[in-house]
Amino acid sequence: MKSRTIKVDTLARVEGDGALYVKIKDGTVADVKFKIWEPPRLFEAFLRGRNYSEAPDITARICGICPIAYQMSSAHAMEAALGVKVDPQVRALRRLIYLGEWIESHPLHVFLLHAPDFLGYEDAIQMAADHPDIAVRGLQLKKLGNELMAFLGGREIHPINVCVGGFYKVPTKKDLLPFVDKLKWARDASLETVRWTATLPFPDFEQDYEFVALRHPDEYAITEGRLVSNKGLDIAISEFEEHSLEEHIPYSNALHSRLKERGAYFVGPLARYNVNFDKLPPIAQQVARDVGLGPVCLNPFKSIIVRMVETVFACDEAIRIIEQYEMPDKPRVEIKPRAGTGHGCTEAPRGILYHRYRLDAQGVIQEAKIVPPTSQNQKSIESDLWQFVRNYIDLPTDKLQWQCEQAIRNYDPCISCATHFLTLHIDRE
Amino acid sequence: MTGSKGAPGRPRTLIIGLGNEYRGDDAVGLIVARRLREAAPESVRVLEESGEGAALLESWQDADTVILIDAVHSGAKPGTIHRFDAHVQPIARKFFRFSTHAFGVAEAVELARALGRLPPRLIVYGVEGKSFEAGVGLSPEVEAAAQEVAERVLGEVR
Repeated sequence: MKSRTIKVDTLARVEGDGALYVKIKDGTVADVKFKIWEPPRLFEAFLRGRNYSEAPDITARICGICPIAYQMSSAHAMEAALGVKVDPQVRALRRLIYLGEWIESHPLHVFLLHAPDFLGYEDAIQMAADHPDIAVRGLQLKKLGNELMAFLGGREIHPINVCVGGFYKVPTKKDLLPFVDKLKWARDASLETVRWTATLPFPDFEQDYEFVALRHPDEYAITEGRLVSNKGLDIAISEFEEHSLEEHIPYSNALHSRLKERGAYFVGPLARYNVNFDKLPPIAQQVARDVGLGPVCLNPFKSIIVRMVETVFACDEAIRIIEQYEMPDKPRVEIKPRAGTGHGCTEAPRGILYHRYRLDAQGVIQEAKIVPPTSQNQKSIESDLWQFVRNYIDLPTDKLQWQCEQAIRNYDPCISCATHFLTLHIDRE
Repeated sequence: MTGSKGAPGRPRTLIIGLGNEYRGDDAVGLIVARRLREAAPESVRVLEESGEGAALLESWQDADTVILIDAVHSGAKPGTIHRFDAHVQPIARKFFRFSTHAFGVAEAVELARALGRLPPRLIVYGVEGKSFEAGVGLSPEVEAAAQEVAERVLGEVR
């Protein structure tokens, strides 16, 4: 009988190096492997023996795209271990710098990495030649996110201003106000982009996912909340390890996560959207409804629309925070080291990023645990590929390969983070 | 991340060293940039960047002459110096694959070309690396090449 193999040794347009292997035998899917080649990063081992205060700056080095997420999860975990509560305005500023990271990360993925898939372009460069206005808008949006991060973080890549207990330096309200007009432009540009992404051709594909995201009673959760799923999970972040498992898989350098007795789960923009639609501001809910996206979306290809709905939210929320901001009396809380264990979990652009640290009485790190979003999504990525290839098995191999790569990009995988590289193979026998 | 801009009316020259400090020979662009910051004429701006493409597009938008220096991995002998003039040839993406960024140096140059936003003069120096493993320090071949690249770049901007 006929057999086919799809092999992509180095997947393009994903952050880091990974590969895909699909084997089709006698018209059925025989094997799917999503492989992460990038060598293990061993950050958890580097952290042992370092002072609690060093964790935000060390872990920020794990990723050049989402350093704020690492700083926030580590700072929150340390604050939990040390019994520290930050000033409400400091909390608001942290949410603001985090929104900057979303505004930087989402448009980069939507415009430069994912949209070319839908329009049949090899890459963003070809797309830009035909749609220069769209490429320029994407770059401008991303730039605004960078500016916000650089302004609050001290510099763009690997920001240095976030510390355990708060910030080294906080801005005045007057410093922040010039961002408001830019954010209003960005909110309009994002609304327009939601409408544009909704016109893209989407494969008919849905799965019965378990979506896991932070949920907070008063806001679209980013920096705090409980871990909640659409299927009944509702736990404190400190209970995460009791409910999840990490497994070493021979063909991947990143650990695979699953929920005990539940299996694969899905984190990131689509998960947040499905868990927290009611917490989006009216402007974001309205545009989602206008383009035919209800409160529940089970098609991972539509995550490109959801990323832009979240960008609308991010701009809107950043404006609100700046307008309500009052400079706190002190940028940070004084800290007295003590022994303890702390957990931090925040919504990185790609989904929940969990940190746990155990400190000794001097505040020296005895144990560190980091679970990045892409490792958590690996099982769902593979499950999508199994199902997608089953549904679309009659497609010519080149078209099937194209759509498998697109299905991986639905998750905006950050392989650099997860290993703590991408390549594609489809085998047909 | 921003330096002083050249006085208006004068040609604006920008040198950008790219790389990752902590991945062996990948740091060569950054190291060359640091040496040039001392040695280059005062009117020349010198930046260090990670190699994320969209940020690169931003950094060179007001410059007349841009010189990029980065480590490459093309299979040539370690320490080999490649020089590309972006207005004469496209920048081969395969050369600059040793970036974990999905949208890196080659993509930034080609996107700028597609959008009509290439600086009037854009030269890319690629230094063939030997080791890109985690760790600090250049291999001897790349260290020797770093010195030569710094001199050649100085020759271009004087």
